Amino acid sequence: MAEKFDVIVVGAGPSGNAAAYTLAKSGLKVLQLERGEYPGSKNVQGAILYADALERIIPDFRDEAPLERHIIEQRMWVLDDASFIGAHYRSDDFNKPPYNRYTIIRAQFDKWFSEKVQQAGALVICETTVTELLMDDKKVVGVQTDRMGGSIYADVVILADGVNSLLAKKAGFHAEIDPANVALAVKEIHFMPQETIEARFNLQGEAGVVIEMAGKITRGMMGTGFLYTNKESLTVGVGCMLSDFKTQKITPYQLLEDMKAHPSIAPLLEGGEMKEYTAHLIPEGGYKAIPKLYGEGWMIAGDAAMLVNAMHREGSNLAMTSGCFAAETIIELMNEQKPCSTKNLARYQQKLNDSFVMKDLKKYQNMPGIFHANSQFFTAYPEMLNQAAHRMLKVDGIDKKSKEKAILADFRQRRSLFGLMSDAFKLWRAFE
Amino acid sequence: MHIVVCIKQVPDSAQIRVHPVTNTIMRQGVPAIVNPYDLFSLEAALRLKDVHGGRITVISMGPPQAEIALKKCIAYGADEAILVTDRAFAGADTLATSFALAQAIRQIEKDMKVDMVFAGKQTIDGDTAQVGPGIAKRLNLQLLTYVAQIDAIDLEKNTIQVRRRAENGVQVLQTRLPCLITMLEGSNDMRYATMENMFRAARYATKIWNKDAAGIEDVNKIGLKGSPTLVSKVFAPKPLARRADIIDTESNDPRDIALTLVNKLFTQHPKLHDSLRSH
Repeated sequence: MAEKFDVIVVGAGPSGNAAAYTLAKSGLKVLQLERGEYPGSKNVQGAILYADALERIIPDFRDEAPLERHIIEQRMWVLDDASFIGAHYRSDDFNKPPYNRYTIIRAQFDKWFSEKVQQAGALVICETTVTELLMDDKKVVGVQTDRMGGSIYADVVILADGVNSLLAKKAGFHAEIDPANVALAVKEIHFMPQETIEARFNLQGEAGVVIEMAGKITRGMMGTGFLYTNKESLTVGVGCMLSDFKTQKITPYQLLEDMKAHPSIAPLLEGGEMKEYTAHLIPEGGYKAIPKLYGEGWMIAGDAAMLVNAMHREGSNLAMTSGCFAAETIIELMNEQKPCSTKNLARYQQKLNDSFVMKDLKKYQNMPGIFHANSQFFTAYPEMLNQAAHRMLKVDGIDKKSKEKAILADFRQRRSLFGLMSDAFKLWRAFE
Repeated sequence: MHIVVCIKQVPDSAQIRVHPVTNTIMRQGVPAIVNPYDLFSLEAALRLKDVHGGRITVISMGPPQAEIALKKCIAYGADEAILVTDRAFAGADTLATSFALAQAIRQIEKDMKVDMVFAGKQTIDGDTAQVGPGIAKRLNLQLLTYVAQIDAIDLEKNTIQVRRRAENGVQVLQTRLPCLITMLEGSNDMRYATMENMFRAARYATKIWNKDAAGIEDVNKIGLKGSPTLVSKVFAPKPLARRADIIDTESNDPRDIALTLVNKLFTQHPKLHDSLRSH
């Protein structure tokens, strides 16, 4: 006899866990299926946890979740080959609880999150792959798994199966993702004694630093690098658009090796012991690449729904929020005794539209296109900025006025006045 | 037929990390798995149940989180799972562990007669291969280790015939039940759990036995007190400094490339050169 649930959630990442937790807490009969060996085994992220999204779901998460360091300082670097120019923001306000952002190690964090889901009453089954959706005419009525006797039924299915969302693709809910809409990121975790990290980054206690990097490190490809401090390790990584890797024929690990050897980065990693290497796809197509988010008996959330704000390096908070909205939509409908039809599930879209999720994504909808078509943002500009700084700071008997003239002339020569103005205009339009 | 399978939860040694400063094993973030050798024994037991019917009880001594490993065995098809867990067991070596498990199996037997006990050949974290034989000795069971294949079981005559891997070949052995078997790695492939059993495991409430429930009265025989083994020092061996060289050659002729390589080898390892010369 096949099992029947109120809701089946596919995937145990941030969106799936947020959905399953919210649903189970409301008393619904929830099954969560995860293909990995344990929740978190397939999940990769930088990883920064934004407290706000999780706080709305589990208000007291700070007391129990495995968190690494709360972030009190953000560094933004624009790198040339052997230099960087940057802006740092450090505030003691970020060092006062409740903290706003944390570095986390996802394997540990996801394990905790999944325990919360199970405690809330959801049935969580791992090592089980959903191979396809069971359909009754055009309505999703359940899932088929890869195990013998694997048909399971539900009133509604939430697809939280991550960036590739093979399930949604197979069901025809979206097409194959365009390589120009996904980034490939690689990262390493380097062990380092706590005292070394604290001395090297000017930190005390559980405070942490993040460094976001752009410029020559990505060799003209659209992307960024990052370095995060954990309790006893550093996370260092870089990500660029998949299509760029493809055309430039650069391997991601070589890019990371070169980045780690940069004279501004290498000393920070010195003496560390590499413990982990992971790679992951990030859906960065933005607003214009978001697929249809719901239909008869199904909803899609998190990475599977392309809900990533690449400009601000936000993803897991959008995932958790969307998972939570999907759950709330179902809870409302079940309370009103309404079916999970396309018409009724439109509330999910509305909730997303009314929130920061869609508002932010819409704001930057033109950004991916601009950066993609204008590689000067990743090559010429970093060089120009670094050289300008170098010129101004080097004391060599040349007067400052002449230096300013030379910098301006250099800018114009590298990128015509029209080019400079049109770039500024493009960015202004995109940020507006 | 009632089969008891003894299992242990171990850290996945493929992913284990040693803390570079304290030299202790960093268990945080390292997935815990069922000791891989135990799975060959569990599958052998499941195959016997497929043919002869009966019940399989899995048992483990360990910390509360070892319940996950037992549930996994339920998913594979075991009927019951018992976790023997008590702070008094902490620090147990193989002598104390085999005592505790033997006592627990005696308790299980009160419910239903045990025909066979399976254990893993050894664990991947301790590697002693002592607990299985220790249980057999204490329970006075016939002991069959390194079993590659179970040929036949005659439940009426209470006999079993197995093939056992020995140093010089294969022994075909026959003995009487009850017996304790440890299966050789590679002797079978663990089955893929059915959806029904996955559900059963997810909902299964593991039986949790403390030392009293396991029928243990003498605390001097369990835990640290019952363990004569002393760990005097734990250290991680220094990794060998291996260095990869890229050798540039001027020509692409295989003979030149080979010559460059051989020259380099002999320059770096003059002893090798001398020993080859003396031949």
